[in-house]
Amino acid sequence: MARVKFLCDVERCIDCSGCVVACKEGHHVPVGVNRRRVITLDQGKSGEKSISVSCMHCADAPCIAVCPVDAIYQRDDGIVLVNKKTCIGCGYCFMACPFGAPQFPKGNIFGARGAMDKCTFCAGGPEENFSTEEKRLYGQNRIAEGKVPLCAGMCATKALLAGDADVVADVYRERVFQRGSGVNAWGWSKAYGKE
Amino acid sequence: MARSKIMISAGDGTVAAGQRVTLNPKVARRSFLKLAAATAALTGAAMTSRMTGTAKAASGPKEPYAGSEKIKTICTYCSVGCGIIAEVHNGVWVRQEIAADHPVSFGAHCCKGAGAIDMVTSSKRLKHPMKKVAGRWTPISWDQAIKEIGDTLVAIREKDGPDALHLNGSAKVSTEMAYLQRKFAAFWGSNNVDHQARSCHSTTVAGVANTWGYGAMTNSLNDMRHARSMIFIGSNPPEAHPVSMQHILHAKEKNNAPIIVVDPRRTKMAAKGTEYVRIRPGTDAAFVLGLINVIIANGWEDKEFIRTRVSGYGEMVAAAKDYTPEEVENITGIPAEQTLRVAGLLARNRPTSLTWCMGSTQHSIGSSITRSFCILQLVLGNMGKSGGGTNILRGHDNVQGATDMGVLADSLPAYYGLADGAWKHWCRVWDVDYDWMVSRFHEKEWMNKKGFSLARWYEGVLQEEKCHQYTPIKALIQWGCGSNSNSQYDRVVRAYNKLDLLVVVDPFPTMIAATCDTDNIYLLPSASQYETSGSVTSTSRQLQWRCRVVDPVHNSRDDYQIMELLVKKLGFADMFYKNIKQVPEDITRELGSGALSIGYNGQTPERIKKHMENWNTFDIDDLQAKGGVCDGEYYGLPWPCWTEEHPGTPILYDVSKTVAEGGLPFRNRFGNEKTYDASGRTENQLAAEGVCNPGSEVRGGYAEFKDVEPGTNWETDLSQKTIKAAIARGMAPSGNARARCVVWEFPDQVPIHREPLHSPRPDLILKYPTYVDKENHFRVDTRFLSEQIPDLVKDFPYVLTTGRMVEHMGAGAETRSNQYLVELQPDMYVEINPRLGNDIGVRNGEMVWIESPEGGRIKVKTFFTERVDEKTLFLPYHFAGVLLGESLVENYPEGTAPLAVGEPGNVVTNYGYDIVTQMQSTKDGLCKIAKA
Repeated sequence: MARVKFLCDVERCIDCSGCVVACKEGHHVPVGVNRRRVITLDQGKSGEKSISVSCMHCADAPCIAVCPVDAIYQRDDGIVLVNKKTCIGCGYCFMACPFGAPQFPKGNIFGARGAMDKCTFCAGGPEENFSTEEKRLYGQNRIAEGKVPLCAGMCATKALLAGDADVVADVYRERVFQRGSGVNAWGWSKAYGKE
Repeated sequence: MARSKIMISAGDGTVAAGQRVTLNPKVARRSFLKLAAATAALTGAAMTSRMTGTAKAASGPKEPYAGSEKIKTICTYCSVGCGIIAEVHNGVWVRQEIAADHPVSFGAHCCKGAGAIDMVTSSKRLKHPMKKVAGRWTPISWDQAIKEIGDTLVAIREKDGPDALHLNGSAKVSTEMAYLQRKFAAFWGSNNVDHQARSCHSTTVAGVANTWGYGAMTNSLNDMRHARSMIFIGSNPPEAHPVSMQHILHAKEKNNAPIIVVDPRRTKMAAKGTEYVRIRPGTDAAFVLGLINVIIANGWEDKEFIRTRVSGYGEMVAAAKDYTPEEVENITGIPAEQTLRVAGLLARNRPTSLTWCMGSTQHSIGSSITRSFCILQLVLGNMGKSGGGTNILRGHDNVQGATDMGVLADSLPAYYGLADGAWKHWCRVWDVDYDWMVSRFHEKEWMNKKGFSLARWYEGVLQEEKCHQYTPIKALIQWGCGSNSNSQYDRVVRAYNKLDLLVVVDPFPTMIAATCDTDNIYLLPSASQYETSGSVTSTSRQLQWRCRVVDPVHNSRDDYQIMELLVKKLGFADMFYKNIKQVPEDITRELGSGALSIGYNGQTPERIKKHMENWNTFDIDDLQAKGGVCDGEYYGLPWPCWTEEHPGTPILYDVSKTVAEGGLPFRNRFGNEKTYDASGRTENQLAAEGVCNPGSEVRGGYAEFKDVEPGTNWETDLSQKTIKAAIARGMAPSGNARARCVVWEFPDQVPIHREPLHSPRPDLILKYPTYVDKENHFRVDTRFLSEQIPDLVKDFPYVLTTGRMVEHMGAGAETRSNQYLVELQPDMYVEINPRLGNDIGVRNGEMVWIESPEGGRIKVKTFFTERVDEKTLFLPYHFAGVLLGESLVENYPEGTAPLAVGEPGNVVTNYGYDIVTQMQSTKDGLCKIAKA
């Protein structure tokens, strides 16, 4: 069984937020909830780098471990999902997550923290496939349609890769190999660089 | 401790999760999937779907929108021309699908294109025709709107003459619609028509076309994959053309191509570059002349290319000699050793792809700056080569098409100009009597005079500067053109309120609706471009068919319908639509039959649509279809596409292919011989012996084709026999000439540096003064020398420049109405170096007043960043809805105010216009700043 993974190639990410809006528009995610976001380091300085971050669908997911009501579960293909009907919105997963992925919408019965929302890898949730309820709570279920996640599919520079971790690795390996020898090779500056 | 607890319990959790998966049959069904993030393995560029399995659900639907239709169309934001697959279910656009096999974008979008659907679904769209009655917005019917507008226009025409109307047309409409806008102005009887290209790339078109014949990007975005080095000057693709970056980064990764980024700001592009060159705004020509000088001094120039294909070289070398690396450092602030290093990089890594955008065009010497870039590429021998070229990225999605269609105050469609011959040519195409056309004008002479331009039309209203027109402008139609892109925007607002009639045709109300206090204004809701169809020309000169996704929403009408209503009301519909029955296809055919000069005749609607349907068959590296029904053709039939069998011209000025296969020499447009004023030398302007496309009957330079049909040339022979005759002989209809370093029609025949009108360097004003004032420049006097005051910098000490942010586009009416884009970029701000901020006593995020020498003021938030240096302030120009510190949100029609408002940066952009094209000089002004 394949396991899904994201990979963001920081040499390619241009901080255009295409992934962010692809996700939000595709799943009708409310303003204020960011299943994915782009982080830029050293903006305006030499060495500026950007990276797109969301739930990484960890193989050994801390959020699952800490959830007191077992609302979070992992599919066989590695996609980590939350059952919003079980979630109590406590935020333990938010504390446990190394990436700040869990999101808590405003303005519902839980006050500032509603049921946790996060990246679904475009795989919907535990409701019936393509049901109104699934769409309302989780957005599209593209995986059930045999389609790739929107964020990676629409990435402007193909920085963001998503899918079977083995294939993602192949794509990235080929790309790094293509970057050629010399100063563009990954790790060159680390091994031979001045700083 | 916490960490180890998590680690331990995580194992349990996974097991538990696994149990839940097997217990939940719905989830188990979905785990049949074998996911693959795959790629077009050859390119490494595309993350496409290669899902080897689909959901094998035992029961239930296999897709959410059973029976939906998937419509291929083109994004309406920038000129990259990304593909969109729109999924339409029961007449509703339900979602965007990934156009993974589009040959330019490969499914990619920036944040704007990823939310393209919002153009149709936005609640902020204008829903009904509106007029202002006693200061209140009132919905009216289309019939009433057209009747009242038409009656007022006719009354103004009778009383004041046709030139009392100005039309600002659009780069956001289809090529067919842009053509109708220009045709409308002609039939109305005025050259007072212009569009966004005036402030976008007019100096490029003037500079580049006068160098080698055509004023467009020479290669294509995909061809940039082959560059061995790249230089970006005043261009920031990660913000302005994000999807082009996949091709640019490919060249960096695969070819090890150095990327040199020349910009006053350390931009996102600089973050991806290998060499960042910080330049003082407005000094681009000095830097590039410095590079040329270093290249020649070291003998790195392409001597054979120059000998055979370039003219005026010696005269150019003499002028460039003054720009030593040390002098370049003095003018531009770029260290001399960096100029030397960059010149060496370019010389060692050929071909170089050179890209510039509005950072280089919007200057009073813009038309010189653009020529200096062309000359650099000529000296390096990078023209007409894959991986080389001047890859001038255009702005709006169809600004290339709208420019080609001459929505311009100084030309009829396809750059024919305004001379009698041009009018006669187009009258033949339109099948109308030339004398009737003359009768439409106030007097015949007004047919041949340039109209007011987009940059300064409002001077015709305000009458505060000396104008050269028999009547003030009394009426304005603003059709698909955001208003706050005009410099000195507070003066533009005064003009709105002085007009007798103001008609805004737009899907959104735009800033005009909020600024106009008088009852003279009508808002007509046009449909978005996804609710109509037609061709659009990308920056790569490719024509793509933007298919209609859904019917016009609300009570909006598409642009063609609105034009038809207006033309019928004005009484010249029979003449106007003589050749047009099927809209828009017949318009494509009509404009193609006339636009021979740029080879728009080979792209029939059928061919363009065929390319759309088969876009998967085109190769990523050369954009040629390999097999399939488009076999051998280049994607989008890039112009010139000379005949209905021609494959399009993928790279301009490439003499390695036959003309029939898409080759093209430099155009013979400026005579066959010239004696230069500066040197007294006479030079043949045709290419040297031996330089020609394969199969050419003449083995060297030749003049353009004429008199195949007596009394006509290749541009005016509507039978197209001349074009076909040339191609049959293996030759280009446009001739085979040299590219010019000397443009004898321009005030500076060889480009030189001149200081910006508002310069921070009084010493350099003395050394490099601007031009003398220009009388009657697009019907209004324009100041140069009298505006260049050396002491200005004492009161206005900071350089002000403007630019793009990726989340917003143009004047921002569309993007500031999109909740997700607004969430990403909600506020207008000024970029300020932390050091400068501390010096003037403001903190990051505090409000400041910025004031221009003209008295424009804006109150904006500070954003501390080292992108800018301590002498420069940067403003994004997409905001509107606030003026001089006052919010105008209440003034929009109910429910249509954008989600984000802010001060338009262009309130403080300075006076100053290009000497040739009247491009506004918005990148190099001065200002002062104080804590609010």
